Amino acid sequence: MNQPSNDLILGILLTTIMELFSQLFFLIITLVAIGWFAKKLMGIRSTILLGKPFDAYDQPMRRWKNVLLLALGQKKMFRKPLVAFMHLIVYVGFIVINIELLEIIADGILGTHRVFEKPLGAYYPFLINSFEILAVLVLAACIIFLVRRNILKIKRFLSQDLNGWPRSDANYILIVEIILMTLFLTMNATEVNTSFIVSSHLKTYFTSSFSYDQLNLIEHTAWWIHIIGIYAFMNYLPYSKHLHIILAFPNAYYAPLEPKGTMHNMTSIQNEVLYAMQPELAPSNAVAPDSFGAKEATDLTWKNLMDAYSCTECGRCSMACPANATGKLLSPRKIMMSTRDRMESIAKNITQNKQFIPDGKTLLHDYITVEELRACTTCNACVEECPVSISPMDIILELRRSLIMEESNAPSEWNSMFSNIENNFAPWKFSPDDRDAWTKQD
Amino acid sequence: MKVNTMAEMMASGQTPDILFWVGCAGSFDQRAQKITKAFAFILEAAGINYAILGKEEACTGDPARRAGNEFMFQMMAYQNIQTLNGYGIQKIVTTCPHCFNTLKNEYPALGGNYDVIHHTQLLQELIESGKIKITDSNEWAGKTITYHDSCYLGRANGIYEAPRKVLESLSIELKEMKRCKSNGLCCGAGGAQMFKEEEKGDLRINTERANEAIETKANCVASACPFCNTMLTDGINNRTETTNTSVLDIAEIVAQAIQ
Repeated sequence: MNQPSNDLILGILLTTIMELFSQLFFLIITLVAIGWFAKKLMGIRSTILLGKPFDAYDQPMRRWKNVLLLALGQKKMFRKPLVAFMHLIVYVGFIVINIELLEIIADGILGTHRVFEKPLGAYYPFLINSFEILAVLVLAACIIFLVRRNILKIKRFLSQDLNGWPRSDANYILIVEIILMTLFLTMNATEVNTSFIVSSHLKTYFTSSFSYDQLNLIEHTAWWIHIIGIYAFMNYLPYSKHLHIILAFPNAYYAPLEPKGTMHNMTSIQNEVLYAMQPELAPSNAVAPDSFGAKEATDLTWKNLMDAYSCTECGRCSMACPANATGKLLSPRKIMMSTRDRMESIAKNITQNKQFIPDGKTLLHDYITVEELRACTTCNACVEECPVSISPMDIILELRRSLIMEESNAPSEWNSMFSNIENNFAPWKFSPDDRDAWTKQD
Repeated sequence: MKVNTMAEMMASGQTPDILFWVGCAGSFDQRAQKITKAFAFILEAAGINYAILGKEEACTGDPARRAGNEFMFQMMAYQNIQTLNGYGIQKIVTTCPHCFNTLKNEYPALGGNYDVIHHTQLLQELIESGKIKITDSNEWAGKTITYHDSCYLGRANGIYEAPRKVLESLSIELKEMKRCKSNGLCCGAGGAQMFKEEEKGDLRINTERANEAIETKANCVASACPFCNTMLTDGINNRTETTNTSVLDIAEIVAQAIQ
């Protein structure tokens, strides 16, 4: 009698059902994770597009060059070479190890195991070995970053800008990366028939401590937690400073190409002055704009708003800021964080009420104070430093425009300066007739 | 000193090769007038056919614009562009990085298109072409100079080399401050800060910068902006310990070297 027993048939059936179920489950979480993430990204996109128009579509070649140098090449990061090197490891690790993610997703959906192994042949161990080496380097870099942030007294990380959520956010990111790398190495180390460069060393520990079944269980658990962890992390991005890994690219592309000293022109005012001087040029249907400068975050351009969402709160801007370095209230990093906070509250308001219902707050005054704005020397140090092409200065200047032109809110010395320029054509009270007096001195 | 104005030149049917935009500080501030005169002396010595606008020059509007007063900026720009275009000006040199930045980068959008250079760029050109000659035994030879980058020349317009090349041609030792070039620390005057009290803080920005300049132990701090010059001079004078370090514009240093 060689007929299989009913028990065996039932067993095979059960296993097949379990496998199908896990494939289905995997497919569902993959779709949910990607769908959710895409929805949130589209939400951020529409929040950013609440900003005013910003023309940055010319000279595509120069713009792509910026993407290559600044975003992909992290050129600005290398102003601090050692940190840049560690950051580069984490970045390369992130990108390269994501190739492995393709295999994990394929395996999960197809119910296969290491589906790339056969087609890649001899390249396969080379790839996995590289992933493992990178995983160890990423692990080490993240531990050093945690130490830098929490133990070493580094001014830009001690800053009160980061009190509360932002400081935790930075630590969560590093801890999650450490956990993910550990899971990746664990699942390779507990797999019985493999021998990869790093995990093979851990293998002796695992095989001596656990039975075959236990190893199998650990491997499967590590595999599942790893992939679920990645999906969870992906969906954490939009709420975190870590969003810079995506937005650094468009932000580099749309970065202004003119010299940094150029302030954006206000055509509406240019025309007002022109029509006042040459009334014959004024069109009969000319309408004055509602307001000048930015009082609310949505008065800024979409590039300013994308800047806010690209900010990774590293604080290089604030460390370079002369006002911040001499104890003034201004911190360019905080300007960016406040702008993002304000946009988040506006977006939430819109989602809840279907349209924006005034909440009695504005970016200017409630999120960013006059004292902060007044301290800026427009020196461009913050803009120069930013690794992801953000201009905090642009936001400061737009808010200053609103303060002066909408609220006539200026220190009295500035009011004297304005009246001197208007009456004497110089910021000081000298007679314009004396402008060439120096030629008559000896 | 006989300096032609555009009006005088036009009246006599002449056209200058370059317009010297003096700027408000250079015209009215007693300290900055010396920089203006030094630069005019060099132009004269190099045989440059130049003119000034004289009483027709007006503030470019830079401090008003950066303070937030776009109306005032546009009014000044309109007026200046009318004057400059009226005279058919093509090339401008200025001793003020703020005027330089506004004329070069901000007037084109308003219909004012000129070839604008900063005086350190012209000085470099004059030295390299041999129009002004500096001997190895000039007054500054062997001295140590540190150069303070003006934000509106450096970061704003990427001009780091011209002022350094000019100084190096004087056979001096150029000693950089801790923060220099694109890392340079602001003097504290930009963004219309020159015309108001600093906000409250632990320290004045010019004190911080003056300390960095003094640390280099240079004989002289070279500036390329009349506002930086004022701020650094004040910063050094406000220090408790006295030093012999002087603050001079590059034009003044060059003028002394060729006298």
